[in-house]
Amino acid sequence: MRIGVISYPGSLDDRDAQRAVKLAGGTPVPLWHADDDLKKVDAVVLPGGFSYGDYLRCGAIAAKAPATKEVIKLAEQGLPVLGICNGFQVLVESHLLPGGLIRNEKQHFVCRDQRLRVENNSTAWTNLFEKDEEITIPLKNGEGGYIAHEETLKMLEAENRVVFRYLDVNPNGSMNDIAGLTNSRGNVVGLMPHPEHAVEPGFGPDTEIATRSGIDGLKFFQSALKALVNN
Amino acid sequence: MPKIIVEIMPKQDLLDPQGKAVANALHRSGHDEIAAVRIGKRIELHFDREVTDKDIENAKDQAANFLSNDVIEDVVAVTVEN
Repeated sequence: MRIGVISYPGSLDDRDAQRAVKLAGGTPVPLWHADDDLKKVDAVVLPGGFSYGDYLRCGAIAAKAPATKEVIKLAEQGLPVLGICNGFQVLVESHLLPGGLIRNEKQHFVCRDQRLRVENNSTAWTNLFEKDEEITIPLKNGEGGYIAHEETLKMLEAENRVVFRYLDVNPNGSMNDIAGLTNSRGNVVGLMPHPEHAVEPGFGPDTEIATRSGIDGLKFFQSALKALVNN
Repeated sequence: MPKIIVEIMPKQDLLDPQGKAVANALHRSGHDEIAAVRIGKRIELHFDREVTDKDIENAKDQAANFLSNDVIEDVVAVTVEN
């Protein structure tokens, strides 16, 4: 199973996402923002970072990149797409997910190991989690405050499209403690925290068992591989 | 140079952290008469020729769909300087 990772100018976590795909048992395929050839990958990850220097608005210019336009087209046909942090911002700017992300409520960049609840385990990227499973993965953002119109929020809640909710603290002032969302089909998922930084013992968040041993992010990528096998 | 000027502001009901920080600084320097500050964007589209009605139409379209995000911002003015 081949999972593409798009590199934009200013992407930071593309290599980590590729490594996560590999550790989950898939084949990572590097993709380039200016190239509309997605190399027939089975799924796509839009990585974290600061695409195009966050110019205009976070994710706004990346949403117009040739590779992203192709992702939008294929996502509407069911291609599994995961947007992490800046990738989530690209997904909302592309209108694959509703709402927007604004500067953190307290204006500071926040970097912490973040506890989340997985509220929807029927998406392409969360099918290996238990419903309401609590996980910890790193979070690092300056513009992660999720906002949407009241009707949109009601619709997201009613349709069970809030996939991840912040636990303990709401780090950025997101409405309804929303950390991540899916589209109505469940193939597109976007979230602010970083699953690709919690895939390998020794490099993840601290757990009760040992420091840096958290690998809760691995299931995101394993879920996608499972979803692809079942298709 | 002929240009179209697009002005964008954060939505009224949204917190504008930049504006708030600047307002605090103004208050610290004694300007208590300033009740609040809000900060937006001015985007200039430059042309090598006269701006046409079609250009303005295109600019309005881009202002609504790309230069601003209607979830968080409002386009408050699209004006021409020929």
